Amino acid sequence: MAIRNSLSGQLLRRTSAVAEARFMSSWFRSIEPAPKDPILGVTEAFLADQSPNKVNVGVGAYRDDNGKPVVLECVREAERRIAGSQFMEYLPIGGSVKMVEESLKLAYGENSEFIKDKRIGAVQALSGTGACRLFAAFQHRFHPNSQIYIPVPTWANHHNIWRDAGVPMKTFRYYHPESRGLDFSGLMEDIKNAPDGSFFLLHACAHNPTGVDPSEEQWREISSLIKVKGHFPFFDMAYQGFASGDPARDAKAIRIFLEDGHLIGLAQSYAKNMGLYGQRVGCLSVLCEDEKQAVAVKSQLQLLARPMYSNPPVHGALIVSTVLGDPELKNLWLKEVKVMADRIIGMRATLRENLEKLGSPLPWQHITNQVSS
Amino acid sequence: MASSSVLSVATQCVSRNASSLSINETHKGKAKLGGSTLRFSKSSGRISMTVAVNVSRFEAIPMAPPDPILGVSEAFRADTSDAKLNLGVGAYRTEELQPYVLNVVKKAENLMLERGDNKEYLPIEGLAAFNKATAELLLGADNPAIKEQRVATVQGLSGTGSLRLGAALIERYFPGAKVLISAPTWGNHKNIFNDARVPWSEYRYYDPRTVGLDFEGMIEDIKAAPEGTFVLLHGCAHNPTGIDPTPEQWEKIADVIQQKNHIPFFDVAYQGFASGSLDEDAASVRLFVACGMEVLVAQSYSKNLGLYAERIGAMNVISSSSESATRVKSQLKRLARPMYSNPPVHGAKIVANVVGTPALFDEWKAEMEMMAGRIKNVRQKLYDSISSKDKSGKDWSFILKQIGMFSYTGLNKNQSDNMTNKWHVYMTKDGRISLAGLSLAKCEYLADAIIDSFHNVS
Repeated sequence: MAIRNSLSGQLLRRTSAVAEARFMSSWFRSIEPAPKDPILGVTEAFLADQSPNKVNVGVGAYRDDNGKPVVLECVREAERRIAGSQFMEYLPIGGSVKMVEESLKLAYGENSEFIKDKRIGAVQALSGTGACRLFAAFQHRFHPNSQIYIPVPTWANHHNIWRDAGVPMKTFRYYHPESRGLDFSGLMEDIKNAPDGSFFLLHACAHNPTGVDPSEEQWREISSLIKVKGHFPFFDMAYQGFASGDPARDAKAIRIFLEDGHLIGLAQSYAKNMGLYGQRVGCLSVLCEDEKQAVAVKSQLQLLARPMYSNPPVHGALIVSTVLGDPELKNLWLKEVKVMADRIIGMRATLRENLEKLGSPLPWQHITNQVSS
Repeated sequence: MASSSVLSVATQCVSRNASSLSINETHKGKAKLGGSTLRFSKSSGRISMTVAVNVSRFEAIPMAPPDPILGVSEAFRADTSDAKLNLGVGAYRTEELQPYVLNVVKKAENLMLERGDNKEYLPIEGLAAFNKATAELLLGADNPAIKEQRVATVQGLSGTGSLRLGAALIERYFPGAKVLISAPTWGNHKNIFNDARVPWSEYRYYDPRTVGLDFEGMIEDIKAAPEGTFVLLHGCAHNPTGIDPTPEQWEKIADVIQQKNHIPFFDVAYQGFASGSLDEDAASVRLFVACGMEVLVAQSYSKNLGLYAERIGAMNVISSSSESATRVKSQLKRLARPMYSNPPVHGAKIVANVVGTPALFDEWKAEMEMMAGRIKNVRQKLYDSISSKDKSGKDWSFILKQIGMFSYTGLNKNQSDNMTNKWHVYMTKDGRISLAGLSLAKCEYLADAIIDSFHNVS
């Protein structure tokens, strides 16, 4: 074809000219090498290690007792059902409606009045990270002078997310090193001292990285105080089902806040509890005063998502909606999630036992105290 | 009433000096506040939702307008007319106007299913096999830039996500730099650079008088831009116009950009879909790289592999040294981590399997030619239909000269509205129609609609 011949002919001419052509100095001279990601960099290092004894206790990805990744049976079955389907057309910007519906039921309750009243503005998101980032961008756009209060410590990427979204961060006390538990009075004091109407990031269950969760009583008090202060509670729930083995139980903190009348924001992830890590599937929801507001909020979330990635990936969403939408598969999932959670709970007990058996003089009960309730 | 005391105390507390607050009871549902005991029963929790303390933070949030492109499909779905035609979004349809899942994709998915791949996190930069395959597809496996390891490739969320990464890189490392985008361009380009806080302005591109390229205007505007401007170019099959520079024009564009020390930023969303040949459609990018320029290239597999909803693409930065490529890649990763941590695996594996398996790759090339061929046929049929029906003597040959999925019809907003309101033809308001959504069978109908809108509506 004429076009091909003439352009590739010119290409040859250019290529030989390159030898003589000056290479202008790089545009990217001033770009420094970035440091390795503190969490994902651990896996990189682990993969490079040659030792047969190596153990990767870095990234939060579930392994079976042989250290192998696990794909849940309910997920495999869902994949068999959806394989070769026509569903590759763009999802709407807000993602799979079915998957979002199922996610809301899981988090807010099957018979939640908020779902019935259509008061929740929700979109499919790129797993937990994407949900947090979308909310941070939303917060920045509509409350440009606000900050986010994050616990000390928290998942490292929370810092990156709110920073890149342009939202300044403040901290509140959380972990108590001496007891390896919760610094409850410090936490309450910091909630109290924050200016009224601040934004607070809370881990709904299985706090990452400490594994220390408030008790139900403590959650109720936190909820009351946050209510009095008029703060906005944003929950990051990356481990529903994974903490206790029971998704309803793991959503307890959220349910307490809802009962108390809070209007919450929530990031959900299926990376761990459905083992869909690499599929990047999650959900961002914002509970509003009424349906009209929920529709407006959703439309604005979509406006933020469109220039980030246009619309979210379908594959993981299809898996989630297939699993959660089919009673048989959902039951299978509940069983499998319990197996994973139980293995970890058992591992905690075994680790603690072994440390104590080895005669360690240090206290190790925090290992089983953390995330066991 | 208990609830009103809850209300009054709660409002007092908000204005009271915070240090006087203390909660020293741990009874369920009770709290002491400065001496008075409040009861938080479930019912009062509901009533107190109407108090100032529970007013939504998002009350003032207005309703956003529907997306101008994706909103078209929504409107189309709502239309109950039998005659309706969706020429809005650029998604390929068969002659029966059904979505098309490529055979190679089905085969690749079956392979993946049989192998029982796990679903672990990809690294932040994505699947290595995909990154290798995509750079080679773009530049040619034997390209010196690849051999010299001067190409930084990061898997991205299709074209949009890859463009957004590039935009974020520009914002962070080229403060004050501007992007020049074509007038017109894909609607979402502006959103991407706006949200990434990168200033942009336009270079002339579409000439309504000729329904062709305003080449002189384009060159002038590129020359006039301050040195070091990023110039956004469509690698092939310009969206929305379908008008591409000729090879000679590409040479001149490359010269000007090089002289002005600008940085070319290619958006390659249709490789293979324009001419039917993957290599041919990459010629413009390869030319710029061969010139020795440093280049940014965003790729998408939405159209050419039909992987729309899997969100698979890549951001490539071709730089002058491998050392520089390494640094750039590390910073692209640092931008991606707080956006989505790591990219979705499914689409990446499909692409890597298709491109990496010779039999599948050959089959893909054939399917690519078939899809591009169908669009060429439809262009011809549409042109024939309009020319035979329209007696006004207007030159409709631009339909044949334009390339790729889209055609810029030259219809204005009112005329486009007429297409929709009277003829149930859904398209974007800028006069763009997606030929991928047109069948041979519907060409006559569309011809009637276009002629009517053009001549009878102003």
